[in-house]
Amino acid sequence: MKIGFYPGCSLESSSKEYSTSLFAVAEKCGVTLEEIKDWSCCGASAAHSLSHDLSIALPARTLALAENQGMTEIVIPCAACYGRLAASQQAIINDEKVHQRIEGYIDLKFAGSIKLLTIFEFLQKYIFPVADQYIVNKLNQKTACYYGCLLARPKDLTKLKHPESPMEMEVVMEKAGATPVDWAFKTECCGAGFSMSRTDIVAKLSGKILEDAADRGADSIIVACPMCHSNLDLRRPEIKKQIKRDIDIPVLFITQALGLSMGIPAKDLGLDKHFVPTGNTVSCIVKKEA
Amino acid sequence: MARIGVFICHCGENISATVDVEKVAREAEKLSGVGYAMDYKYMCSDPGQTKIIEAIKEHNLTGIVVGSCSPRMHEATFRKVAEKAGINPYLCEIANIREQVSWVHPKSDATTQKAIDIVRTLVQKVKRDSALFPIKVPVTKTALVVGGGIAGIQAALDIANAGHQVILVEKSPSIGGHMSQLSETFPTLDCSQCILTPRMVEVAQHPNITLHTYAEVESVSGFVGNFDVKVRLKARSVDLSKCTGCGTCWEKCPNKKIPDEFNAGLSFRTAIYTPFPQAVPNKPVIDREHCTWFLKGKCGLCAKNCPTGAINYDTQDEFIDLKVGAIVAATGFDIKHTDFFPEYGYGQFKDVIDGLQFERLASASGPTGGEIRRPSDGEIPEKIVFLACSGSRDKAKGIEYCSKICCMYTAKHAMLYKHKHHEGNAYIFYMDIRSAGKNYDEFVRRAVEEDDVHYIRGRVSRIYEKNGKLIVKGVDTLMNAEPIEIEADMVVLATAVVANQDAESVAQKMHISYDKHHFFAEAHPKLRPVETNTAGIMLAGACQTAKDIPDTVSQASAAASKVIGLFSADEMTREPVIAVVNRMMPPQFTTCTGCLLCMEVCPYHAIEREEIKDRRTGEILKVAAKVNAGLCQGCGTCVAFCRNKSIDLQGFSNQQMLSEVMALLNKPF
Repeated sequence: MKIGFYPGCSLESSSKEYSTSLFAVAEKCGVTLEEIKDWSCCGASAAHSLSHDLSIALPARTLALAENQGMTEIVIPCAACYGRLAASQQAIINDEKVHQRIEGYIDLKFAGSIKLLTIFEFLQKYIFPVADQYIVNKLNQKTACYYGCLLARPKDLTKLKHPESPMEMEVVMEKAGATPVDWAFKTECCGAGFSMSRTDIVAKLSGKILEDAADRGADSIIVACPMCHSNLDLRRPEIKKQIKRDIDIPVLFITQALGLSMGIPAKDLGLDKHFVPTGNTVSCIVKKEA
Repeated sequence: MARIGVFICHCGENISATVDVEKVAREAEKLSGVGYAMDYKYMCSDPGQTKIIEAIKEHNLTGIVVGSCSPRMHEATFRKVAEKAGINPYLCEIANIREQVSWVHPKSDATTQKAIDIVRTLVQKVKRDSALFPIKVPVTKTALVVGGGIAGIQAALDIANAGHQVILVEKSPSIGGHMSQLSETFPTLDCSQCILTPRMVEVAQHPNITLHTYAEVESVSGFVGNFDVKVRLKARSVDLSKCTGCGTCWEKCPNKKIPDEFNAGLSFRTAIYTPFPQAVPNKPVIDREHCTWFLKGKCGLCAKNCPTGAINYDTQDEFIDLKVGAIVAATGFDIKHTDFFPEYGYGQFKDVIDGLQFERLASASGPTGGEIRRPSDGEIPEKIVFLACSGSRDKAKGIEYCSKICCMYTAKHAMLYKHKHHEGNAYIFYMDIRSAGKNYDEFVRRAVEEDDVHYIRGRVSRIYEKNGKLIVKGVDTLMNAEPIEIEADMVVLATAVVANQDAESVAQKMHISYDKHHFFAEAHPKLRPVETNTAGIMLAGACQTAKDIPDTVSQASAAASKVIGLFSADEMTREPVIAVVNRMMPPQFTTCTGCLLCMEVCPYHAIEREEIKDRRTGEILKVAAKVNAGLCQGCGTCVAFCRNKSIDLQGFSNQQMLSEVMALLNKPF
């Protein structure tokens, strides 16, 4: 089974471990991921604040390349990248004029035929059917599944049933043997793009998320978005200063948590790459009862 | 040989300023078949009308074309003129040279030419007009009112008081509707039950009203003045003639944990129950879905204890056939419930309630006896947050419309709370305050200025529970657009008004149209707001759109007056512009092949299957379509669909349409 893969910038750099763990889980389950050759930036939040056409053309180039490379399905783990690629494909499919204009910009033919998978769709479609035979461990802890904004919304693109109270990650974590907690901040804003320019706002917003997770007794926070991860993990010192409380709950990518339950060594999942130590989660693993 | 008269009106300067009206008349005179043409300043005026009558008589005209304003304006006027002069009114045609020519084009030769062209087409049409005669339909002077809320009650009383028979059908065990659940009503704060219950009793005692509660309309057929309605009387399991309403049965009923619909789920009722103490009829019904006898085949406590032996578990649904002349649909509305709102907890927080539940909490007849206590622990809330526009005006939720009543009832709720609990804090999040109505804005101002209700302009993004409080996260768009959080003890969502769940099937049974939200559609949004597109069926109340009590009662009275108008004559006169299936001498009888495609496409269910039989032997010689003159609205859909042109619309026949088109193309026909 070969599925296309679009990393985007984060999975090459600050969230390398998201990519590492996804590949590790896929390999374990016999799924081969193939990176789109010569992919380019999705445009992130910069492109669509400058030019609508640019924000469609940038992802369209990557999608056209994937089509030309014979891919029919691609997984886009980063929530923001998925949003941009899906929005671009939708805009082009829905309007023939836009289609022609964009093809002119990118100088490539684009049919809009590729099925784009969110991380959840990928897990459900390719990992779930075989997961049970590979899950050997139980993640014996309480987890707070955190979605933030773009994993769940806008509904038209993410196709989630309950975008204001999604449960897709909880299903994965239950498979991994963890106990998801019911909490209030799973779709609240982490501060997102203010990560660089206004760390004080990030500290305030992410701080509230951490506080609620801690108050509800979560041992770890599970994410599936590079931006969420860096705000909750990397900005911990600023958060501590802001909320005047030291919260040491680690933040794991969903693929890392799933990988642990499959018995993949912590190092192969990039669990040593985090700022907040992930030791408590790694050490809570117990053998799954037969 | 046709001798057509053409009369061109100047309409003051409305037409003559841009159209050379004299030239139009001169050109018309040259047309074949035109016997006379003239122009005049005001054709519709008394001297203008006299000129037409004189011309018809003097020139022995066989038909007339009046070149003037839209037929919507004066067709009726000029047809009467024709009739006065002794020709059939349907031999008068209107050439619209005002709305379609002079008002939309500048003064020019082309404009005049267009007027000439239009007159020419109508001359061709009128040559092929045939005399038509109004259709007379008998009227059954009994009205059916569907729905026993305040809309149905008002309509039924008005019709009954005019001396006509009314049959009122209500699906629940008692009449009263949502209004019976309300505490006080805006903008006067008078008690809802106090003004409603006397009306309910009046309905029950009115000699002209037959009341069927716990009943539903099963099917409607027939047409205006002559509807055939089948009503299902749901098995009540209680003999109303024997029952005295003493209450022994529900005291003995062991099944006491059924959510009480009347109290919006805030309390429990028994399986045999009357919905509320002031119910009409004030006699119980067995809810078979929850009754132990019907679920498990044993118990029977109510029957054993009934002092009059009124309980009968064996009763079945009964069907009655009614003949009625008019129907008033007054089936009411529903509201969205708290589980519709994921961001407000999907209905899982007990102290997040909807507006109807708050009405019950504030009502003297409610589960708390009128004390506002929160559902989770019965404590009196110190801080209540009200959310107007919960779901309404929200495209993302699929409800783009304003629910209309929420601004007012939310102000009332906050006010009632403050009146009962002076120290409490009431906050209202709102988008806009829509308080148009007599004494409405004054009422809202009173909440703000006298009762110290805090109005916050902004939306609420989320509600969650923390340490026994409900954290309401919102934004104040007026105070520096600051995000704000309020720790509330109770939250009331003014949820969107929506159509009843079964509204679509009810509309389909009655053959009336409805909008995408399943609210019933009026015939015209401004000029025919209480009629439907199906003649003889009127609308009253919130089944048409969200409405408050004054609007509902007004519309109900309007619907009643339409019914009374319909019943004012023994026979109804209808326009003869209807479809007819051609008929001819045997053995052909008709060119209709009986494919009945027309029956499928007719939006008014006006086409039936007719068997043409040998009069002596009864043998079926041919099957053909037949148009019911009472139901046909003359839309012409069947004409377009007929494969071999066997149906024609009287007054707009295929031949006439074609002759108009050919005239426009200047081709002979």
